[in-house]
Amino acid sequence: MSDNAKSSRRHFLSMATAVTGGVGTAFALAPFVVSLKPSARAQALGAPVEIDLSPIDVGAMVRYEWRGKPVWVLRRTPEMIERLAQNDAVLRDPNSEEPQQPEFAANPHRSQRPEWLVVIGSCTHLGCAPVERFEIQPADLGADWFGGFYCPCHGSKFDLAGRVYKGVPAPLNLAVPPYRFVGDDRILVGAEEGVA
Amino acid sequence: MARVESEVRSAAGDKGGLLQWIDARFPMTKMLKEHVTEYYASKNFNIWYVFGVLSMLVLVIQILSGIFLTMNYKPAAADAFASVEYIMRDVSGGWLIRYIHSTGASAFFVVVYLHMFRAMLYGSYKKPRELIWIIGMLIFLVLMAEAFMGYLLPWGQMSYWGAQVIVSLFGAIPVVGETLVEWIRGDYSISDITLNRFFALHVIALPLALVMLVVVHILALHEVGSNNPDGIEIKEHKDENGIPLDGVAFWPYHTSKDLVAIIVFLALFSAVVFFAPEMGGYFLEHANFDPADPLVTPDHIAPVWYFTPFYAILRAVPDKLLGVILMGAAVLLPLFLPWLDRARVKSIRYRGWIYKAALAIFVVSFIVLGFLGTQTATGLYTLLSRIFTVLYFAFFLLMPVYTAMDKTKPVPDRVVYHA
Repeated sequence: MSDNAKSSRRHFLSMATAVTGGVGTAFALAPFVVSLKPSARAQALGAPVEIDLSPIDVGAMVRYEWRGKPVWVLRRTPEMIERLAQNDAVLRDPNSEEPQQPEFAANPHRSQRPEWLVVIGSCTHLGCAPVERFEIQPADLGADWFGGFYCPCHGSKFDLAGRVYKGVPAPLNLAVPPYRFVGDDRILVGAEEGVA
Repeated sequence: MARVESEVRSAAGDKGGLLQWIDARFPMTKMLKEHVTEYYASKNFNIWYVFGVLSMLVLVIQILSGIFLTMNYKPAAADAFASVEYIMRDVSGGWLIRYIHSTGASAFFVVVYLHMFRAMLYGSYKKPRELIWIIGMLIFLVLMAEAFMGYLLPWGQMSYWGAQVIVSLFGAIPVVGETLVEWIRGDYSISDITLNRFFALHVIALPLALVMLVVVHILALHEVGSNNPDGIEIKEHKDENGIPLDGVAFWPYHTSKDLVAIIVFLALFSAVVFFAPEMGGYFLEHANFDPADPLVTPDHIAPVWYFTPFYAILRAVPDKLLGVILMGAAVLLPLFLPWLDRARVKSIRYRGWIYKAALAIFVVSFIVLGFLGTQTATGLYTLLSRIFTVLYFAFFLLMPVYTAMDKTKPVPDRVVYHA
């Protein structure tokens, strides 16, 4: 064998060894990388949650938990629903064009039924929980405030349909979780279709 | 073997016995000479040169106190908060060990920030010390991760919500963001699973990385040699034995000076540990004395003081992705100092007024942003944080221009004393 053939053979063998070793390393890394994903138990605990709506009064809001996130259920009064229309000019996405809700909630009241608002109570800026400020035109929130949610962390504002105001750090409307009505006064949060 | 031992014997003079036995098998005397007894650093070091040693001291304090905390701490959402209270109330000396560790975290950033500022004063990051600076910046990044993950462990309200805010920053990354966040948390929210993995990273992975990086940092420093307040290379003037004329040995000269600094530091450290461990809510935030509650956000979320300058930059930007990018850039920009700085002199002593003014603006911006990061984001404060964010970035981004324009003074050949 000539020296030239020898060296190209060596080159081929070292490259082949390096590639095989590299592929092996990548495969060896895989179990460690996937072990960090939500485990089967975490996924099971993230299953749908059923909520009984009958004890919630008109104008009241109740907090539930789904996947460790706060789910807010607000039973809006007819006045609250009416006032939603006045906000459009100061809102960033009044028509819910960003995909922050299941399709059934891409409407001005952002819900399946106008009376019931179901949103994830987690600010779309950095995940703080906004607080409910249902009073109209309070001194600290200004004249364009007709009730809504205010995030104390970084000052983001949302109206009573969870729609974000302009000029605040939060980029998106509050997320509407997938849910469906199971009968007239029960909803299943976390499932849009299928059996309860 | 016999040949090797005879060589060592002749090299080490008449030293026999154990030391010689070891030296034939491990370069102990050689390493001690290279890094301690015959490591020559400039004789005109001032107080700014103690913070490297102090950083190492704090690292040791944190590792020791941390080991003892893990003996009683339980990294589970159901037990973590109670186990910290158990350490505080029932474990003998537990309160002291925990306060040493929590004060140590803040002390770490105090000395590291001062250590970094020293490099900016005297141009220690400039050629030939770029790599020392880069390794140092890596240490700083690992330290930030270490501190952040450690803060989740007490599982208080601020632990929980601080982690919630910081982890969700990764959600701003287009396309993969949400999947990445789920992967980091290992769950759909900050949970038991997240706590458990942050614990693993905080007590094993990151401390290992820190210690290894510190070793590399020092090896790189000892290869090039320390800078000094004049910013001149003392190796350019050596005596007939090859020893820098302006250098004195690390042991015993610099170490005896460092010992004074260590004593003063430990006195101040103890004062905080015993009399103000919470530091008015700056070292241990008040909200963190409530157990974590995923359904209730504290009225006001602020990170611990050492992250507030970067947090203020994040909040100053009305766009989420841009805010995250700017915050990341604010942390990483110092990494490029060796190439942003075009001045021909290293030390501030021989720089012109432009750099001095720029550095002063930077210091003020950093401190004001740090203050703003602790406050609620309202009208005036938001405006101020925007102004100082611009100044912070201007310091770095305009540096190639103003350092090139700046009139520098001639640098002396040998180090100068300023009594």
